[in-house]
Parts: sequence; C-alpha cells; structure tokens
Amino acid sequence: MKRIKFENIVDHSILIIGSLIMILPVVMLLQMASTTDLETMRNGPGLVFGDQIPMNFEKAMFEASGFSGENTGLSMLYNSLILGFGFAVGKIVIGMMAAYAIVYFRLKFATLAFWIIFTTLLLPLEVRILPSYEIVQKLGMLNTYQGLIIPLIASATATFFFRQFFRSVPEELIEAARIDGAGPIKFFIDILVPLSRTMIAAMFIIMFVYGWNQYLWPTMITTDEGMFTLVRGIKQITQTLEGTNLPEYGKSNILQIIAILPPVLIVIFFQSWFVKGLTESDK
Amino acid sequence: MKRAGFSTRWLPILLLLPQLSIILIFFYWPAAHAVKSSFYLQDPFGFGETFVGMKNYTSLLNSSAYLRSAQFTVVFTLLVTILSLSLALLLAVKADKVIKGAKAYRTLLMWVYAVAPPVAGVIGLVLFDQTWGPLKDFFGLFGWDFRLGVNYFDTAFAMVVVSVWKQLPVNFIFFLSGLQSIPKSVREAALIDNRSASGRFWDVTFPLLAPTAFFLLIINITYALFDTFGIIDTVVKGEPSNNPMTLVYRVYVDGFRGNDLGGSSAQSVVLMVLVLALTVFQFRMVERRIHYT
Repeated sequence: MKRIKFENIVDHSILIIGSLIMILPVVMLLQMASTTDLETMRNGPGLVFGDQIPMNFEKAMFEASGFSGENTGLSMLYNSLILGFGFAVGKIVIGMMAAYAIVYFRLKFATLAFWIIFTTLLLPLEVRILPSYEIVQKLGMLNTYQGLIIPLIASATATFFFRQFFRSVPEELIEAARIDGAGPIKFFIDILVPLSRTMIAAMFIIMFVYGWNQYLWPTMITTDEGMFTLVRGIKQITQTLEGTNLPEYGKSNILQIIAILPPVLIVIFFQSWFVKGLTESDK
Repeated sequence: MKRAGFSTRWLPILLLLPQLSIILIFFYWPAAHAVKSSFYLQDPFGFGETFVGMKNYTSLLNSSAYLRSAQFTVVFTLLVTILSLSLALLLAVKADKVIKGAKAYRTLLMWVYAVAPPVAGVIGLVLFDQTWGPLKDFFGLFGWDFRLGVNYFDTAFAMVVVSVWKQLPVNFIFFLSGLQSIPKSVREAALIDNRSASGRFWDVTFPLLAPTAFFLLIINITYALFDTFGIIDTVVKGEPSNNPMTLVYRVYVDGFRGNDLGGSSAQSVVLMVLVLALTVFQFRMVERRIHYT
C-alpha cells in the first residue's frame, strides 16, 4: 500500500511541476503589469503584486504607441477581433461549400478539384510569403482587411475536415431527403448544416485562435499603424522598450496579456469542442 | 462521393468557385511565381530581370551563412521535436493515470496552446533579460554567464526553451486523447500479464500510441520549421545580425528586408521541396498505419 502512495506522490509532483512551468511565465507578465515601470526597470519580475493594473490598463487601451498615434490597445483589439472572426467564418463557410460540392455531387472534374484543393495542405503560407505579398500589393490590398484575411484562407484545412465529416454522415439521410423531394440547397441548409453544429463549433475555435495568433502575414501586409492587430503590434511594443529612459513595461505587459486573453479563454471554456476538433482533424 | 449524390450541374461549380478562385489567386499564382523568380536575377530598383538559370541555387549552396542557417534549423528542429514530444508524453501518461484533479491538470497543461508565438518570445526575453531575467539569474548561480542576443549558443538555447514550452500543449492533447482511446479491456489484460508499470508502458501502451506519435512527429517538424517564426523574430528583437536563424526566417530576412528576390525565391523553393518530401513520407506511413489497425 505504501508503495502505491509513494507512486501517487511522484505522479502528482510531475504534474504540478508541469502545470507551474506552463503558468508561471504568464503570472510573471501579470505581476510586471501590476507594478510601476520604475520598479520593473530596477528589479524586473518580482513576487509581490502591485496596484497599478488599472492605470496600466488605461494607458494600454487608450494611449497610442508608435508615431501615428493610431494604434491604441483598443484599435488593435478591434483589428484582432476582425481578423479572428473574419478568418474563422470565411474559412468555415468556404470550406463547407467546397466539401459539400465534392462529397454530394456527381462531378466530372471532382477528382481534379479535389487535388487542386488538397495540394494546398502541403505548403504553408510561410514558404511562399514573398510572392504572396507581391500579389496582394498588385491587387492593391495592402493595409486592408481583405488583404489580411483572404490570402490566409487559401488553404484547405477546413475543407478537408468537413469532407471527412460529410463522408461519415449516413447515406440513408440523403436518400430519405430525396424521396421527400428536398433539393440540394434545402438538404444542405436544413439537414447537413444543423447536423454539423458541433463540428462547426470545433472548427470555429481552432480557426479563431489560428487567425488571432497570426504574426508573419500581418507584419508584412499592414504597415499602417491603424491596421495593426495586437499580435502584430508586439514587435513594435518590444522595440519601444529599447533605448528609452523609462520604458513603459506596465503598458507593454498589459498588452501582452490582452493579446493572449481571448483565445486562451475560448480554449479553456470550450475545451471539449476544441480538443475534439483538434484530434479529429488527424483522421 | 455519396452514391445517391445530386446531379445538378451548375450548383457544385458555384459552390466550389470561391474556394478555387482564392486558391488559384493566393496559392498557385504565388507558388508558381516563386518557382519562376528563383531562376531570375531582379534588378534591385525594379527595372526588369535577367534569366540566370540555376545561379540562385548554386549561390545558396556556396553561401556559408545559408548553410549555417540550414545546420541550425536541423539541430533546432530535432531538439524542439524530441524534447516537446517526450515531455508531453510523460505529462500525458501521468495525467491519464491520476484520478484526483485530472481535469484541472488537463486544463492547466493545455491552455498555452492559445498563446501567440511572439508573446511566448517576449516571455523568453523577460526570463533571460540581461539585467534581471529570473532564468538568467538562475543559470548565473552555476557560473553560466547567459547572454541573450549576444552569444550564439545562449540565444539558440532560449529559442529552443520557448519553442518547446509553446509546443508542449498540442502534443499533450494528442497523447492524452490517444491514451484515453486505448480500450479498458486491453489495459486490464496488460495489468494481469505484466506487474511492472514501466514494462506495461513499453510493451503495450507505447506501441498503441505509435501512430499518434508518428503523426505528431510530422506536426512538430512542421511547427519547428514554420510556426516558430514569431518566437525567433521576437527573441532576436527583429535584429538577426549574428544570431541563429531558421531557414524560414532567412527567407523573410533576405527577401523582405534584403530585397534579394531571386535568392529568397530559391530559398522558398528549397523549403517547398522539403515540405513535399515530408508529406509524401507521411502519406506512405499513413498507408501502413491503416494496414495495422
């Protein structure tokens, strides 16, 4: 009996150490956001929390960084939300439509369309970043939401995911729908979409987090400070910490926290959907 | 395709149109463009281009900076993949085993999935700060004079630590779900056959997890190659100079900052070939995996 207990202690210790390693760095950011800039500059992260969070929060949200004075925390938050939602919704709508066409219709060029679409799974945006930039520039979409969102949608992850799901939907369903006289549009909207609700939710969470956390693409495509997202703004924030007499650590750290809070909360609260979406996409 | 599919002609085309047009404009066009530019030398002021054949590729192979990056990328990818996979496996096995607090542990170990890579990079900057970084101080106790951004090895070390931290949750989630899908009957049978816990793990659990581990291997390699961009860019504060950088970061630095379009395109094409090879390898292994189960 005693040996089992010892084993238990070891297991829990490992898990507690692991959890601490995951949490402490972010608690450290929060602590630095709660003290004055002078305190942080002298001593760095400490053990005692201060009372500066409201002040720093106000600075972060309403006071602009940079030269143009356009990128307040609020405007960056707004842009991040547009990118996250726009990307997730766009990807899901376009992906579901394409997957529906591939799975449920007799098409001559279905195999060709399938390959054209699924080849995109092979090459991430990062390897074709420069030519993509040039094309967006040619189309006049620099510093626009379209330029930010649409090129990111050009991959087939959601399409692939919904294709797998539609294929697992029983054949009898469409047979029954056809006997009842439902056309393809009615079948899609009244039967297939409601049936995919959980899948849509799971995909939405994953895609929202993915879109929100984009860094390289927004860094290239937005030069206008009013278009910065929170994650895009981070580089500028860290650069302003260099070389100033009293760097604004409090403001910077609050912005980091705001930049991770929405996706983290979504992942925690919708954990089961999120895990399902993530692990199902592997099949 | 479904047997009883619809046979309307125009609707599927309409449904496919948005996806296909986005892919053609923002995927195939740039990809083709990269392949084409890799054979040309562009005038830095935008006045035309000259065909130079394989010259961009051969100069890559002769560039010691590029080869240094390639070497670093291989070591970096291996370290990140091996460390984050093994640590995640350990945590997942323990989280699967404990009864008390299992749910809390699960949440605590997975939420970092949602943290953006550049924020993780900033956390690294704080931890290894030259004046008061807690980890820098800690290493100082052992006489290690940690210099982030100055010393090549120290900077690489910080990049690996941050990248592993950021990747642990994904691996943890997949391993845990893999472990939980092992049937109870199999576990009980193993319990009767083999008294030692570690013996049971290596003889029964680990082989059953192998498909998950293999899938994760590819995911982790792709992560280390591509998704660490935000971490690297923040850790070096956007000033690569003599610091280690991965191949993807170099595509950005040479092409976007250095304006060397041909060279950067050649680098892109090298990466494309690398990813294609990885994927083909993955597909072949997946075929085998279906054979197993």
